[in-house]
Amino acid sequence: MQSQDSRLRRSPEVGKAPVGSDAEKQLAEIWESLPGWKGWFSTVDHKVIGLRYIVTAFLFLLIGGIEALIMRLQLAGPNLTLLTPEQYNQLFTMHGVTMIFLYALPILSGFSNYLWPLMLGSRDMTFPRLNALSYWIFLFAGIFMYVSFPLGQAPNAGWFNYVPYSGPIYNTGPNIDVFALGMVLLGISTTVGSVNFVVTLFKMRAPGMTINRVPILVWGTLTASVANLLVIPSVSLAFFLLWLDRQVGTHFFDVANGGKPLLWQHLFWIFGHPWVYAIVLPAMGIVSDALPTFCRRPLVGYAWVALATMATMLVGFEVWIHHMFATGLPAVALSIFGAASFVISIPSAVAVFAWIATIWLGTPVFKTPFLFFAGFVILFVIGGLSGVMTAAVPLDWQLNETYFIVAHLHYVLLGINVFPVVGGIYYWFPKFTGRMMDEKMGKWSFWVMFVGFNVGFFPMHLAGLLGMPRRIYTYSSRMGWDTVNLITSIGSFVFAAGVLIFLVNVAISLRRGAPAGSNPWDAATLEWSVPSPPPAYNFAVIPHVASRHPLWEDRMDEGSNRSSLEEGYLLMEGRETIGTSPIDAAPEIILKMPGDSATPFFVGLFLSLAFAGMLLHWWSFTGLMILSCVIALMVWMWPEKALAQRSPASPSREAHV
Amino acid sequence: MEQQFHLSAVPENTWQNLHTIFLSAAVLALSGSANAAKVAEAPLNYFMRSHGPAAEPTKYLGWMLTGLSLTIILIISLLLIAALLRNRPLMDMRAIGPESGGLRWIYIGTGVSTFILFGLVIYSLIVLDAVAKPPSTPAIIVTVTGYDWWWRIEYEHDDPEQAVTTANELHIPVGQPVLIKLKSADVIHAFWVPTLAGKTQMIPGLINQQWIQADTPGVYTGQCAQFCGAGHAHMSLEVVAESAEDFEKWRNTQRHPVSFPFKAGSTGEFGQKLFMDRCAGCHAIRGTDAAGGHGPDLTHLKSRRILAAGLLPNTPENLMNWIANAQRFKPGARMPSINLTEAEKLALSTYLSTLD
Repeated sequence: MQSQDSRLRRSPEVGKAPVGSDAEKQLAEIWESLPGWKGWFSTVDHKVIGLRYIVTAFLFLLIGGIEALIMRLQLAGPNLTLLTPEQYNQLFTMHGVTMIFLYALPILSGFSNYLWPLMLGSRDMTFPRLNALSYWIFLFAGIFMYVSFPLGQAPNAGWFNYVPYSGPIYNTGPNIDVFALGMVLLGISTTVGSVNFVVTLFKMRAPGMTINRVPILVWGTLTASVANLLVIPSVSLAFFLLWLDRQVGTHFFDVANGGKPLLWQHLFWIFGHPWVYAIVLPAMGIVSDALPTFCRRPLVGYAWVALATMATMLVGFEVWIHHMFATGLPAVALSIFGAASFVISIPSAVAVFAWIATIWLGTPVFKTPFLFFAGFVILFVIGGLSGVMTAAVPLDWQLNETYFIVAHLHYVLLGINVFPVVGGIYYWFPKFTGRMMDEKMGKWSFWVMFVGFNVGFFPMHLAGLLGMPRRIYTYSSRMGWDTVNLITSIGSFVFAAGVLIFLVNVAISLRRGAPAGSNPWDAATLEWSVPSPPPAYNFAVIPHVASRHPLWEDRMDEGSNRSSLEEGYLLMEGRETIGTSPIDAAPEIILKMPGDSATPFFVGLFLSLAFAGMLLHWWSFTGLMILSCVIALMVWMWPEKALAQRSPASPSREAHV
Repeated sequence: MEQQFHLSAVPENTWQNLHTIFLSAAVLALSGSANAAKVAEAPLNYFMRSHGPAAEPTKYLGWMLTGLSLTIILIISLLLIAALLRNRPLMDMRAIGPESGGLRWIYIGTGVSTFILFGLVIYSLIVLDAVAKPPSTPAIIVTVTGYDWWWRIEYEHDDPEQAVTTANELHIPVGQPVLIKLKSADVIHAFWVPTLAGKTQMIPGLINQQWIQADTPGVYTGQCAQFCGAGHAHMSLEVVAESAEDFEKWRNTQRHPVSFPFKAGSTGEFGQKLFMDRCAGCHAIRGTDAAGGHGPDLTHLKSRRILAAGLLPNTPENLMNWIANAQRFKPGARMPSINLTEAEKLALSTYLSTLD
């Protein structure tokens, strides 16, 4: 870690760089991307990448939402014929794929990409180019999974894609190949993104930001990223084996030749359940960090909530069988996984009571983001309790594969992901754009979304208890499901109207929103110490952090230590930031950060084209694309002078504070 | 037609009656529905109705968990509303509260939750134990095989002559456990008769088991509960529970191969010939040359209540309609829509009407 070569030792200058100073201008020049399309393709600025993630994922949310609305029209009454069974199957599959894979995690990656360096007091993520690559592959994988949609050949076996229905015998079109290859491609994006988050947390925090001072969002994303690194291989493998079965003639899942359909279910859910937590824990982090701002006090039980975050994921690896209670596994095995599924709600209880206590002991300020976070708490409780009901093995034998599960998972995914995300956009929009969002429209959007959501999704519990199975494209009126379905369909359109109000608000506020200033909510964390929107270099000087609430510490009884935000390391000999130790965040090394480069775009593009070649069986094209990919990687990695220490050795020792 | 189509069992006693009324009221108050009876008698409504020991403990577990969940949601909502709206002394908005304090909320809240959760683990394990295995060894074993999109039902017997094969209609005697062996001929399906028991997947290459028992005579609807393709919505079955004597009578009838009542040159004989030419490749009729195994065994077709895995009631008109328009009723099914002239229709119909 520390350079042994004394010639390369250099002690960074400590100073101030107020806006408009020469130092500040120099920094801007070093960090800003080129204007125009060249800069657009080559930027590695985490803020730009983060916003791209958020916008792209939100577009996928809208596409998935439209798919859902079409399905709700079909299900609004009995025996409707708006859709054929095959169209319906493609729609619910793409709805699930889109929401779970192309919206839920990417949107949180967007928030984390944008916010992490700003919250941690760094000038960028550890691997900026990897960050760009992760976005490009996500975008291409998303497009990839939609290529067959206009041809009426979209994936149609559900997002869970059980074999043998998704195998070569029962699903002969390109539908499942698109899904399988798309998932392997997307897995690469998620993996490199996760590596970046993990290393960033342990190396890139501002001096003084000890491990017990990082925001909960960071804990959430860290936990999710570690989990992704452990479980993405499982799902990528499953989809790759399925592709081999389909295209090469292997027999991993082929019953006639000794293959095992149950193997798919294990590989899928070993990934699938931790993934559920990966797409809610960072969103819970958003609430844990932003809710206190509107309660005018810090989060109650920071350490408990951080530990609960990790405990959730730890137990989360032990519950995948609860998706498979009905597969005929022995009762003893089921009881163990059932018990673990009960236990996993204990850390959730910690978080719920921490949030309520924070509101109770604080002084709530009823701004739009706060409404979303407070509303989220009750949706979280409903979704959690319906989850507890499904943890009871015998009851799950009834609830499983009914609309009760549909209700449960939508309370979890909309309640714990979409509500915090929309609240989070209201909260950080001023930071993203420098403008406030409209409060009046904001409150309307919350209430319409909240009411529409509950009117739409609560009756789904009843449909499930009345025995309505999932994934049926129509039903007969003698089943007794007419009324609940009609109410659900009405509610879903009300919810959609709420989302529409939100979008209008975004569009108007982008142009006409009131100027925000650097800290419009009087919040506590580092991202609010920099201008809105933040400059390319984030921090003119690297801050020194002395507490969990750097911007509140003057007004809190937090001892005598004070964070230093105006004065710190200048670090302006090229793109530089400081690397710190994993636990205590003691400064260790000056990190030379790579400059903008279009190579991540090309690596992503060539890789995606290689996958397209595999889909079309253009093998030589695939080979050519992989070769291009390798060449692009070599250009990417080519040693650059700018990344070496250029200063002459200075007499003083290693950087320290 | 719809009335005839499902017989709702009468609740056994007043106590249960009261429960049913109370629960229907609760469900209806929530759903805001006007047609109470229809919802309460929804054929797959396992929440309010159970008709055997494999389902009943689960029903009570469901009530208990639902009641508990609603109570907790109410308490948390009240706490949240109180936290949001409680009176506070006017405060300078620049002031920030101290970080310490409030941990008691977490300790008490999590402590109580943990206590409840452990209680639930124990209760759910007790229920699991009660429903996982039948109280006595089942005397009757039935193999149900899932197909895209119907159910083959086979009653085993050491003497193959005595075995019975039928489709989509599972007859059981009341008051005794019946073991069901679950297989699949193609993709994964799930066997689910909600008012009698929970669901179990039918996985190709595996034989799963489950047991059911009906305590009152009646017809109980079942439904495939695992997505299995285009016809998944139309893959239901019926369990007909009847007295032991009626069940034996039914089984004896089903054991008989069909007889040949047709005179040479009659319409029926023409119909039979037509069947052998056009249908026998997939369908079997015991006692004839028709031995196809891809589709349902039609030996006693006329005795069945439903057609096409529950899509239509079994009437002569529906049967001919189904034969002519199978692909319209169930797109993607292996049963083709079959073009027949009027004379052929009449003949086939005449022949099929003898399969009782």
